[in-house]
Amino acid sequence: MTFWLTQIFNGVSYGAIVFLLAMGLSLIFGVMKVINVTHGTYFLVGAYFGLTTLKQTGNFFLAILIGGIAIAIMGIVIERVFLRRLQGNDLGQVLITMGFVLVLQDAILVIWGPDPVSMDAPKFLASTGRIGGFSFPMYRLFLIVFAAVTAAALWFFESRTKIGSSVRAAVDDVEMAGGMGVNVPVVFSLVFGLGSFLAGMSGVLAAPWLGIQAGLDFEILPFAFVAIIVGGMGSLKGAVVASLLVGIIDNLGKTFFPEFAYFTLFLPMAVILAIRPSGLFGRAM
Amino acid sequence: MRGELLATRGRVIAIAAVLAFAIVSPLFVDEFSVLVLNQCLIWGILALSLDLMLGYTGMASLGHAAYFGTGAYATAIMSATYGASFGEAFVVAIIAAAVVTAICALVALRASDVYFLMITFALAMLIWGLAYRWDSMTGGENGIAGIDRPLFMEDTITYYYFTLIVAAGVFLFFSVLVHSCFGKTMVGIRESESRMRALGYNVWLHKFIIYMISGLFSGLAGFLWVYYNSYVAPTDVELVTSFNALLMVSLGGPGTLAGPLLGSTIFVILDNSVNMFTERSLTVVGCIYIVVVLFAPEGIMGFIKQLRTKAQEANNG
Repeated sequence: MTFWLTQIFNGVSYGAIVFLLAMGLSLIFGVMKVINVTHGTYFLVGAYFGLTTLKQTGNFFLAILIGGIAIAIMGIVIERVFLRRLQGNDLGQVLITMGFVLVLQDAILVIWGPDPVSMDAPKFLASTGRIGGFSFPMYRLFLIVFAAVTAAALWFFESRTKIGSSVRAAVDDVEMAGGMGVNVPVVFSLVFGLGSFLAGMSGVLAAPWLGIQAGLDFEILPFAFVAIIVGGMGSLKGAVVASLLVGIIDNLGKTFFPEFAYFTLFLPMAVILAIRPSGLFGRAM
Repeated sequence: MRGELLATRGRVIAIAAVLAFAIVSPLFVDEFSVLVLNQCLIWGILALSLDLMLGYTGMASLGHAAYFGTGAYATAIMSATYGASFGEAFVVAIIAAAVVTAICALVALRASDVYFLMITFALAMLIWGLAYRWDSMTGGENGIAGIDRPLFMEDTITYYYFTLIVAAGVFLFFSVLVHSCFGKTMVGIRESESRMRALGYNVWLHKFIIYMISGLFSGLAGFLWVYYNSYVAPTDVELVTSFNALLMVSLGGPGTLAGPLLGSTIFVILDNSVNMFTERSLTVVGCIYIVVVLFAPEGIMGFIKQLRTKAQEANNG
């Protein structure tokens, strides 16, 4: 019993990180149809920004905020200057985001160096919680709570605010939304900014658990992609459900079939794609 | 008419010149340069196969490393683990590439446009996951080493000439293919799928066949790569490899046969030499991606075509 609890708990906490990353990717894809390969690297660069902030100020929550904001600004600039003029050119957009991956990876080497670094969680979260025979790191519980609160906030933003409804309109049909008076360029910037913010923030949040090192960006990116493919692009509900599934399946897969760890993760995705290309909660194409 | 004849003659001269250069140059340069030229040929075959889908048929695959990698891993496993000969490894590599491509094509062809990109990407991740984790079969992160070439092509130059013959054969086959009726149908599908369907063509079957041809030749490139390197690793199957193949095609000029070869040659030479000039090779390659997408969407061949059209207009005017 304790074994299963631990497995599921770890899976859910990993799912929490995947959710924060995937939700940004999903928003960006849902509205702009951009496959943003840079997203994983946003995650990593965000973590480094957070690390530097933490070293300077000692405030973990400020680090999360700065990591997010720095990446949001970067994302908006990249969207405004580069991606916008490539609208409709799917392949061009993918290739250019790959270009930014390489440039950013090199920038990381120059600024922060090639060695893996670790980041400490705040003291009050560094303890171990215990319920009966089941013990767990407090920090992972914090991750789950944080992701849940973020999901609730995003849900409120999407369904209860005016800007949120513009975003939903743009997900459904950009042209019609524009015709109905939605300021599409502003929505694009907003969505890209928000998506990038989530990526940067999740990088900082993951750092005390996963560490920070070159290569982490491409390690985590597939998980986010699987989550939005399975859940359906642009769907908040889909991202929540699929991220949890991804976290849990990955954890069980690594435990029971270590040789097929990625296979157990990617195969269900391929099957879902084959049956329902728009994902579990996405609109049918 | 006269212009067309001249263009054909120009093309024949260009091909002859490149072929002559490819045959003669290894005799005059050091071994390292021959190795680099050999790389150009192998990546060139991969880029050509990708271009068949991307440039000619308008199917942008984001996961061609999967088929390249399948050919490579099948070769390595047969040769290093089971002691198979060159020929036996070849047969298994091609069959493996065919099976994997067929399965992927069946799944991927359910979608189009940006979803097609996404699905091919996801399928490639699946193959990468196997290569990376299936330790007992693929050697995991360390890959498989010790794949030896047959004695008669053990030295660098002989293997280079072997690859050159294969590459020339592939080029010949592709040029016959794209100039055939089938090739015209491919371009028709690229321009308008619905129109081709209305004309009575089985678009799905055409796409499937093109996908298969592309996957098989990517597998062939993987096979050649393993015997070139005598080593295979998960990095051969990873995302960056798929992207580099796309970059080669885009850089040279999609929808042409010379483009992918030109693109792969430039890319390989740059990739091998940029380290000598700067430590910032990642930035250099990254900037190539950005510049190609922004300023040369039709690649170098597209640029040449533009110049030629301008010159002709000037002549006529």
